[in-house]
Amino acid sequence: MTSQQPETQPNTRPPSGGRVVMDDVAIRRALMRIAHEILERCEDLEHLYLVAIPNGGVPLARQLAANFKQIADVDVVVGILDTTLYRDDLKIKAERPRLRETEMPSAVDDRIVILVDDVLKTGRTIRAAMDALMDFGRPSSVQVVGLVDRGHRELPIKLDYVGKNVPTQPDEEVRMSGSDGNLDGALEVVVMPGEPESSGGTR
Amino acid sequence: MIGRDLLGTEDLDRADIERILETAEHMREIGRRAIKKVPTLRGRTIVNLFFESSTRTKSSFEIAGKRLSADVINFAASSSSLKKSESILDTARNLDAMDPDAVVVRHAVAGVPKQIADVLSAPVINAGDGAHEHPTQALLDLLTVRREKGRIDGLTIAIIGDILHSRVARSNIYAFRKMGAEVRVAGPPQMIPAAIETLGVKAFTSLREAIDGVDVVMALRIQNERLTGTYLPSVREYSATYGIDREKLKFAKDDAIVMHPGPVNRGVELSHDLTDHRPGVILDQVRNGVAIRMAVLYLLSGRPQDGDPRVDLGSGEEK
Repeated sequence: MTSQQPETQPNTRPPSGGRVVMDDVAIRRALMRIAHEILERCEDLEHLYLVAIPNGGVPLARQLAANFKQIADVDVVVGILDTTLYRDDLKIKAERPRLRETEMPSAVDDRIVILVDDVLKTGRTIRAAMDALMDFGRPSSVQVVGLVDRGHRELPIKLDYVGKNVPTQPDEEVRMSGSDGNLDGALEVVVMPGEPESSGGTR
Repeated sequence: MIGRDLLGTEDLDRADIERILETAEHMREIGRRAIKKVPTLRGRTIVNLFFESSTRTKSSFEIAGKRLSADVINFAASSSSLKKSESILDTARNLDAMDPDAVVVRHAVAGVPKQIADVLSAPVINAGDGAHEHPTQALLDLLTVRREKGRIDGLTIAIIGDILHSRVARSNIYAFRKMGAEVRVAGPPQMIPAAIETLGVKAFTSLREAIDGVDVVMALRIQNERLTGTYLPSVREYSATYGIDREKLKFAKDDAIVMHPGPVNRGVELSHDLTDHRPGVILDQVRNGVAIRMAVLYLLSGRPQDGDPRVDLGSGEEK
């Protein structure tokens, strides 16, 4: 796959050495398709609850909520759930990862929770997210949206909704970012070549 | 990069303080959940080693440890072998043999937490040593002020009371100065240390001058039981001159907040009407205390690299 400049975002350019695998237009189309897929599978729209894993999941979940509003005129709650304190590598790491926001505006009991993350790799983040979720209550079901599935699973976790499958090398880094440095504007997913001494992601 | 231990705010730099405050902001959210517990320190043992009586600081550390799923064990001086004349260092060595993952120490003598840290392999957190430091109290005060005012840089803080004997004052002076605040202290002349200006604060004996235009008034507890007669001729006189009431508070900024490390001697450091005026701030200090202690326990629980006793907090950014 070669890098491509989205026509609507002339300022977007891939960081040096990275290749863009999804640009803003592709991300928006994928989220619209995924919104339709979710609506198709979930009959009980009132019970939907989008739970974003920060940071990348947050703009994606908000866009999904906007899509639900547009397609079916339903207001779906968006929560944010940081998984850091539930990680399974805290005992072995020297460095303490920075915590991120958790904001769960309503109870998860009897809700259909849709976890939203940007890049899926090992599945360990989703494992942590499920444990965290159970501390907030008992959802009637949990499903997972991943914008990019790059493979290399280490746990028996599968995605229910996938934006795009992107085969990668384990040491490559896949990152969703805003072209202007924040996640509010145009988004893109970039694959960066692995560094010789890369510690490897745990996503 | 902060040390392996947390012995005082004097040892922290601004980036360390920012990191602790930011982490504590996120820890606050756990206290609002139905299940107030995360598995982060599961299987770790935290020892509360309190040689001096304390209810709220000890409970605060205990709750903080338990919310992170650590096992918390309380050693009180009255029930320990110190009554059987074991030396402090022997107690510490025996404790070390039980392989704790963190030890929280309070002692009436300055420097004891440092002595214990020197023989322990686990991180030591100072929960108050004599008139030296009480770092987690200062950190929770910073968090409270920042949440109330939105910033610390550029604010003016007046600390009122017995500055000489106060570890809370000392830790707060270091911490607020490092975060860019102006710090004033005021109290009876015999309670202001001689060289206090070397810490970068302005000393006053007039309360009115000290709180003129300040953003934060922090009243320290007068330790009645210890001071009356020697340092303080009369509590009533102290209260009339240095007790904060609505009338005196008029000299501070209109939106000034009143803080107190607790427990409040009602009618001495704070007038009755003030204790009940926005009591939320003082209770928020307590709430923030749990969050700060969770943050400190989390940040110091990193596994040190071989040969390097210091924990690299780093930026915490994911790669």
